[in-house]
Amino acid sequence: MQTIDLSQESLRDLNKTLQSQPPDTNQTAWEVLNPKGSHALAVGLDAPITVTVRGSTGYYCAGMNKQATVIVEGNAGPGVAENMMSGTVVIEGDASQYAGATGRGGLLVVKGKASSRCGISMKGIDIVVHQDIGHMSAFMAQKGNLVVLGDAGDALGDSLYEAQIFVRGAVKSLGADCIEKEMRAEHFSLLSDLLEKAGADARPDEFRRYGSARKLYTFDIDNADAY
Amino acid sequence: MCGIVGLFLKDQALEPRLGAMLADMLVTMSDRGPDSAGIAVYGSAEPGLKVTLQSTAPETDFDALKAALTAEGHPCDFTRKDTHAIFSFETPCLDRLRELLAGGFPSLTLMSQGEAIEIFKEVGLPRDVVARFGIGEMAGTHGVGHTRLATESAVTTNGAHPFSTGADQCLVHNGSLSNHNNLRRTLARDGITFETENDSEVAAAYLTHKMQAGANLGAALEAGLDDLDGFYTFVVGTKDGFGVLRDPIACKPAVLAETEQYVAFGSEYRAFVGLPGIDTARIWEPEPATVYFWER
Repeated sequence: MQTIDLSQESLRDLNKTLQSQPPDTNQTAWEVLNPKGSHALAVGLDAPITVTVRGSTGYYCAGMNKQATVIVEGNAGPGVAENMMSGTVVIEGDASQYAGATGRGGLLVVKGKASSRCGISMKGIDIVVHQDIGHMSAFMAQKGNLVVLGDAGDALGDSLYEAQIFVRGAVKSLGADCIEKEMRAEHFSLLSDLLEKAGADARPDEFRRYGSARKLYTFDIDNADAY
Repeated sequence: MCGIVGLFLKDQALEPRLGAMLADMLVTMSDRGPDSAGIAVYGSAEPGLKVTLQSTAPETDFDALKAALTAEGHPCDFTRKDTHAIFSFETPCLDRLRELLAGGFPSLTLMSQGEAIEIFKEVGLPRDVVARFGIGEMAGTHGVGHTRLATESAVTTNGAHPFSTGADQCLVHNGSLSNHNNLRRTLARDGITFETENDSEVAAAYLTHKMQAGANLGAALEAGLDDLDGFYTFVVGTKDGFGVLRDPIACKPAVLAETEQYVAFGSEYRAFVGLPGIDTARIWEPEPATVYFWER
C-alpha cells in the first residue's frame, strides 16, 4: 500500500500523484494520513485505484471521481462526491450538506447521516445513506437512485425529474411534485442490488418509493396561455 | 462566507489555555474571510464593571479618559492591549462613561461591557489580530471568534464581529439578514441604539432585547427563529452561556464537537483538529432551526 501523509506532503502533490495514475497502474491501494478536514481531497481521480482516507475531510472530497474507490474513515464535509462520474465513494461517518450533488454515475455510500440537500440535482448517481438525510434532499434530481435507511427531512424530492427515491423510515414532508409510487418487481430487484453493494442491512420490502408526479416539468397544453 | 469558532469549557483545567485554543481555531478559519477578525473571551466574572474600549488614538485616549473619570470620582484602572484597553471599575458607572465617550472622546468606541467579557477586534487577518492582542495568553471559561468576509457593511473595526449589545453578551454571525433594516427601526422605537449599519449587530441587539425582557438565551434564540429573516449561523455568548442557532435553510456551515472537557463550534471540522481528545469527541452538524445552548 502506498501511503501519503498530509502532514509531510502538500494537498496539491497528493492530488497530482493520485490523478496521474494510469489505467493499468500496479499501485492500486493508497492511504492518506492526517487529512485534518482538508478541502478537495482525492478529487478528479480517473483510475481503478482505492484511496482510504484515515480521518475526516472538508469540502468536496472525491469530487468528479471516475473509476476510483474512495473510502473516508471519518466524516465528510460539504459536497462530497460532487459530480461523480463512476466508481465508489464510501463515508464511514456522516456526510455534510449536498453529498453526491449533480453526480452522473457511480455509487456513494454514507454509513452515518447525510445532512441537507443530499443528492441535489443528481443525474444518474446511486446514493445509499444508512441513517437519516436532511431537508431538500434530491431537489431537482434528474436520474439515478437515492436510498435512505433512516428518515428523510422536509421537502424530499422537490421539483423532481426522473430520479427514484426509496426511504425506509419516515418522510417529514414531500416537496412539490414528489409523490409516493408503488413498488414493482423491478424496484425490489434494483433496491436489493443497491443494498447489497452498499453493505446495508435492510430488506427491500421495508421501503417506500417516491418519484415525480410529472406535473411540474412536463409541458401541458392546458397551460399554453401561461407561457 | 465568514468563519466562526466557539469554545465552551467544562473542565477547569483547560481554562488557562482557552485563548490559545480559540486563537488556533480562528487562524485555521482564515480562508473563510480575510477582512477583519475578532474574539470575545469570558474570564472569571469579577464584581464591579469591566469595559473594553477601542481607540484610533490609543497613545493618548486611554490616559485622558482615566484622568477624566478619576476627576469625576470614578476611580478605575486599565490595561492596554494595542488599540484596545480593558478598564475596570469597582463601582459601575456605565451611564456616565457612555456620556463621556459621546461628549469628549470621538475616537473611542465601546467594544463590550460586563463582569466577564472582553472583546478584541480589528481589520486584518486572524493571525495578525490574535497576535496584536495576545489572545493566545488569555485564560477564560468560554469564548467566540469570527473572521469576516464583508457583505452587508463596510470593512471597519466596528463592522467586525463579535457584536456586543448588552452586558456580557456577544454574537458572531455567518450569513446575511434580509429584514435587518425593518427590525432595526422596530428596536430603535424601544430605545435601542446602534453603532453600525451592520445586519449582525441587529441580531445581537434583538437577542439582548429579548433577554432584557426576561428570556434566557435559549428562549431568546427560539424567538429569533420567528423574527429574524435571512441566512444565519449564529454563535452567541453570555456571562455563563453559549448558544448556537442556524436558520431553517441552513446553507451556512456549522459543526459541533463535544467531549467531557468542552463544547466546540466551528464553521468547518478543520477548526477542531488541534483540540485535545478530538479523535474521540462526539461530532455532529447542528440541525436547522434548532436551538443549542449550554449554561454553567
